Amino acid sequence: MTDKLSKDPAPTPSGSGSPATPYEAIKAVPVRHYGRWISAVVVVVLLGWLVYAFSQGNIIWDTVWDKLFDSSIIDGLWNTIVISVASMALGLVLGILFAVMRLSKNPVTGAVAWLYIWFFRGTPVYVQLLVWFNLSLIFEYINLGPIYKNETVDVMTPFMVALLGLGLNEGAYMAEIVRAGIQSVDEGQTEAAHALGMSQTKTMRRIVLPQAMRVIVPPTGNEFINMLKTSSLVSAVQYTELLRASSNIGSTSSAVMEMLFVASIWYLALTSVFSVGQYYLERRFARGSLRSLPPTPWQRVKANLTTFKRSPEATR
Amino acid sequence: MTGQPMVKAEGVHKSYGAAHILRGIDLEVRSGEVFCLVGPSGSGKSTFLRCINHLERIDGGRLSVDGQLVGYRQKGDKLYELKDSEVAAQRRDIGMVFQRFNLFPHMTALANVMEAPLQVKGESKAVARERAERLLDRVGLGDKMGNYPSQLSGGQQQRVAIARALAMEPKLMLFDEPTSALDPELVGDVLDVMRDLAESGMTMIVVTHEMGFAREVGDSLVFMDGGVVVESGHPREVLGNPQHDRTKAFLSKVL
Repeated sequence: MTDKLSKDPAPTPSGSGSPATPYEAIKAVPVRHYGRWISAVVVVVLLGWLVYAFSQGNIIWDTVWDKLFDSSIIDGLWNTIVISVASMALGLVLGILFAVMRLSKNPVTGAVAWLYIWFFRGTPVYVQLLVWFNLSLIFEYINLGPIYKNETVDVMTPFMVALLGLGLNEGAYMAEIVRAGIQSVDEGQTEAAHALGMSQTKTMRRIVLPQAMRVIVPPTGNEFINMLKTSSLVSAVQYTELLRASSNIGSTSSAVMEMLFVASIWYLALTSVFSVGQYYLERRFARGSLRSLPPTPWQRVKANLTTFKRSPEATR
Repeated sequence: MTGQPMVKAEGVHKSYGAAHILRGIDLEVRSGEVFCLVGPSGSGKSTFLRCINHLERIDGGRLSVDGQLVGYRQKGDKLYELKDSEVAAQRRDIGMVFQRFNLFPHMTALANVMEAPLQVKGESKAVARERAERLLDRVGLGDKMGNYPSQLSGGQQQRVAIARALAMEPKLMLFDEPTSALDPELVGDVLDVMRDLAESGMTMIVVTHEMGFAREVGDSLVFMDGGVVVESGHPREVLGNPQHDRTKAFLSKVL
């Protein structure tokens, strides 16, 4: 049986050191996936129909492109970024604070943290925004004794309402994310740090939190991208962010849909940019957990270019 | 070598809830000696080791290191618990090496060794770095300083862990089964480093299953079982001529 095949005698596979034993590659007729072809055609047709419908709809696309860089839109865009970053920063600080409180051995701080998370996760953020907006209905003055006193309506500018509403709500979510991150760090790490004489605070700041970041960063990136979009809710409390700026123009120029498209384009641009940022942030905090980091897309492009330029004998 | 013992335990008890782990441990570790703790798993030897630097709180008896009570202060006949910062201060002088290494994975080998001198002693970077490099050289890892723990073998990680503990210039080193998590062919390198350390005169308490190491390097050996000290003496005597039945039974299994 082997006679036919051994016309060209292949070396016996006994020597493991022998380089690349020759073999005959299998030549077989591949399975035809007709289903894949059909579904691809169906999807492309449906997509084409959708694009066609929008191009024929009662939309003035030129208005979209005209208004995309309108100064009031750019102002709104800037306000969206400001309120999202500020709220996220507040949420992050509150999140770390309440996560540490919740994990502390003190039952009172633990219970308070639990209550905070329960309340701010349990009510809609829209309701929370309206409560902050209408705070002057129940407190006419904000009175911190001798330090500070002012009328509530003066303090509660649209920016403050938006910041408190979004930031405190975000804090509750971040607290849970940070807590999960801290708990994901092996107890041996804390023990090793303590055994070296490091204090509780130093251990948390130098050893536990940096490792927790690897677990905290990906969901935090999601939270931030969510925040960029959720910030559109604050148009309801008179803060002129992207959506409000767009609909202001929309209602005066009766280009409602056009302006909603303008807003959508900007939201997509924002979330895309920050997704890229998240990728690099995750990479930064993966240091040490992987033996070698995978190359970034840019590094891959560069590597391809250099191998392209290099003479073929160098690659061997 | 004379004077007070480095570690002195008198009737040390420790329970986790209903589990009574340590049932009255009495022992003395002299300064400069290599003190081996052996015994079956669950005998309380690791727990006792962790009591010495107060990773575990003892429930009864007295435990002191270099004449200082561990975790407590005595005033008259009353005991006061030490604050966290005071406990931390006590731990600075006691190095510990863990079974699972517990290196900080987000730092390079060099940064692992520099961390405690920088953060705890407030040393300058130059001084800490100089010592860290010397210590890593000493454990044979002079060429791995920039590597992260995940890029090192188990034996290399454990040697970094020993260097990390030594960076605080401790007067006492605790080893909690330092070779138990290693592949057999990597055990030798770690034991060599420990042997070298013993020769330099470091006081060492070693929980181990390496009877060869205990016999060769150890100055004293204690056999523990069920939370008590069953037998103690010079390693060659205890291992070569065990008096107690439980010791004989254990040694017949591991030797």
